[in-house]
Amino acid sequence: MHDMMHGVLGLYNYWIVIILMMTGFYTVIARPNLVKKIIGLFIFQTSVFILFISMAKIEGGTAPIISEGARIYSNPLPHVLILTAIVVSLATTALALALVIRIREAYGTIDEDDIHVQDEAA
Amino acid sequence: MLSAHLPALQVIVPLVSAPVCLLLRNPRHAWAFALAVSWVTLAVAINLAVQVHASGTTSYALGAWAVPWGIEYRVDMASVLMILIITTIGAIVMPYSWRSIGHEIDKKHLQLFYTCYLLCLTGLLGIVVTGDAFNLFVFLEISSLSSYVLISLGSGRRALTAALQYLVMGTIGATFILIGIGLLYMMTGTLNMADLSQRLPVNADSRTIRVAFAFVTVGVSIKLALFPLHLWLPNAYTYAPSVVSAFIAATATKTGIYILLRFFFTVFGISFSFEAMHVGEILMLLASVAILVTSLVAVFQDNVKRMLAYSSIGHIGYMILGIGMATTAGVTAGMVHLFNHAIIKGSLFLAMGCIFLRLGSVELSDMHGIARQMPWTMAAFVTGGLSLIGIPLTAGFISKWYLVNAVLSIGYWPLAVLILVSSLLGLIYIWRVVETAYFQMPGYKIRKLSEAPAALLVPTWLLIGTNLYFGVNAGLVTDIAGQGAAVLIGQGVP
Repeated sequence: MHDMMHGVLGLYNYWIVIILMMTGFYTVIARPNLVKKIIGLFIFQTSVFILFISMAKIEGGTAPIISEGARIYSNPLPHVLILTAIVVSLATTALALALVIRIREAYGTIDEDDIHVQDEAA
Repeated sequence: MLSAHLPALQVIVPLVSAPVCLLLRNPRHAWAFALAVSWVTLAVAINLAVQVHASGTTSYALGAWAVPWGIEYRVDMASVLMILIITTIGAIVMPYSWRSIGHEIDKKHLQLFYTCYLLCLTGLLGIVVTGDAFNLFVFLEISSLSSYVLISLGSGRRALTAALQYLVMGTIGATFILIGIGLLYMMTGTLNMADLSQRLPVNADSRTIRVAFAFVTVGVSIKLALFPLHLWLPNAYTYAPSVVSAFIAATATKTGIYILLRFFFTVFGISFSFEAMHVGEILMLLASVAILVTSLVAVFQDNVKRMLAYSSIGHIGYMILGIGMATTAGVTAGMVHLFNHAIIKGSLFLAMGCIFLRLGSVELSDMHGIARQMPWTMAAFVTGGLSLIGIPLTAGFISKWYLVNAVLSIGYWPLAVLILVSSLLGLIYIWRVVETAYFQMPGYKIRKLSEAPAALLVPTWLLIGTNLYFGVNAGLVTDIAGQGAAVLIGQGVP
């Protein structure tokens, strides 16, 4: 029992990743409001960043800067990868929001169902 | 001296050109610049192809950082096929773009359009040249983000919603790929594809690797619009500007298929992908459904661009069917069709662009008798259509011939019947256009139209000519595809 609890709780970073990922994914699928959809998409991407960052942690490891007394360092490579991925995600979000502004100008709404109704009517 | 840096130049030339293009204030200069860059990348691609053909797979350490710590660019025959597709289409579409896109968007913004086009070109070329899994993700996002912008430039507000829909699905797909790459890194500690393929077999029997495989497969399948993950594609192709439809239809989904090939055969290895994970059966099943269902749906479309989009999903099915067989003949057939479908669909979308320029619509109901006023455009469409169906002497026939042979060689004859049935469906949807354009009385509006300008017709017919040439002399394409397939399957020179 203790081992099982340790196994479940010891992997808490993965639980956070999974909960965030599913929250974001559900928001993308279920919300008709386009801005909320984009927020969901951003949360979804962020969960993956946490997955990468948490895999860089090494038990007892310190920040990857050479210093007196430190012998074990965290792996800096996932940090660097995620810096790139954050830039990508930022660009995606900015572009998506720009598109939403244009959609609102063209349709007068940011509700996916209303847009669908207008497209069908046209 | 320069020839040693060809793999890097292939990507860096369009990458560096993009911000330069942004600074050009005069739209005509921006166009001329983008045109020159497209031709330079084609020249680089041809040189690179000759080099790889002569001396085998080329590895290039970017910034001279030793592989596998630095990023490796790795060009083998499979990459060569893709580089040739992308740069050829780019070089042919660019001369066409001036009259076509100049008509569809404000001239003031043209330099932005060409900047996005160059970034898209960079991303697509980067994907096929790189040998690093994370680098591939970054290039994938460069090409995707710029193609969302390009699609959103279409006339009419539905282009905006189509672009956003593609953005949402594309980002989910790319994030899935990122998860897969992260899990692979977690298990192996490397991102270099060749290195991954060495280290994966040791860990192959773990759940993490299997999950990584699933994430990558689903993520890439969204990107390449594998049925039933194709929902973004019809709207994106229909509402994008004509030039963008032609360019994206001919290159973007093809690059997705290349990523799938790379991961299945190079990274995970054929025995893990097809024996342990049974992905071949799944792919062949989905491909068969795609071929049949989307050909049927295409028959009932009134917008010709939407019809071509559905037909594209069916043809992606053909390629996936070939790959799913995981035999040299199957993968060769898939890759031959990769090339042939790019030139066929490119030319069909270009022909539709000619019609859109003059008519302002590509709805069948507006196109009655248009062949009398625009004979050259419609002749191009019919020739491309025949190739799409797979009539002998066209490139499409070569693809179908290879595919049917590959299917028969493993004894799956019902699939050969399926291919024939869907070709008949292809005949029906192409015939609907022919019937409307040639055998209906033109209305008042149509009679005032004139033939498309030479600036549009020449590139369209150049692509049609390529199509007919490779229908008769298929040797070049089948050679490259065959060698590419051999390298992927692991029987060729490494």
